[in-house]
Amino acid sequence: MSVNERIDEIVKGNDVVLFMKGSPLFPQCGFSSKAIAILDHLNVVYESVDVLQDMEIRAGIKDYSDWPTIPQLYVKGEFLGGSDIMMEMYEAGELQAIVDAEGLAKAG
Amino acid sequence: MAMHAHEIEEMIQAALPDAFVEITDLAGDGNHYAARVVSESFRGMPRVKQHKAVYDALGGRMGGVLHALQLTTATP
Repeated sequence: MSVNERIDEIVKGNDVVLFMKGSPLFPQCGFSSKAIAILDHLNVVYESVDVLQDMEIRAGIKDYSDWPTIPQLYVKGEFLGGSDIMMEMYEAGELQAIVDAEGLAKAG
Repeated sequence: MAMHAHEIEEMIQAALPDAFVEITDLAGDGNHYAARVVSESFRGMPRVKQHKAVYDALGGRMGGVLHALQLTTATP
């Protein structure tokens, strides 16, 4: 399986997935940390992929989305943006609207 | 290897001549910047495309020599 196919499988197989540096508990970069804080605040169910543990994905994800930086957020198979766009969308209430519309919040 | 604020500003300005560009050196270390770019050309563009236009202006430096650029885009 090529790296592109591997990434595609992860992106298509999860409603919300964040490619990041480090783990949600121990983010290894301020931008990844900010992305996690936003997702946690939205109470979203998400998968995360630590690109520092997989050099192939770390390089491949930038080609996959044609986007130069990490973190990268995908919702329902679509690339939504990096941490800056997440913050802009969060502040505009747009992320909450997507979470509500797609039913992505944690139960309870 | 770091970039200077004016270099970043000039590169964005060259690609988006109408843009208002404001660069802030966040940490004072020449390595962590915030950029606010306001351009009429962003109108009607999804956010991903707006940010991509700025990244393209930086010609591959983003994610490379330029690690940390906190970007905000807007229309006038």
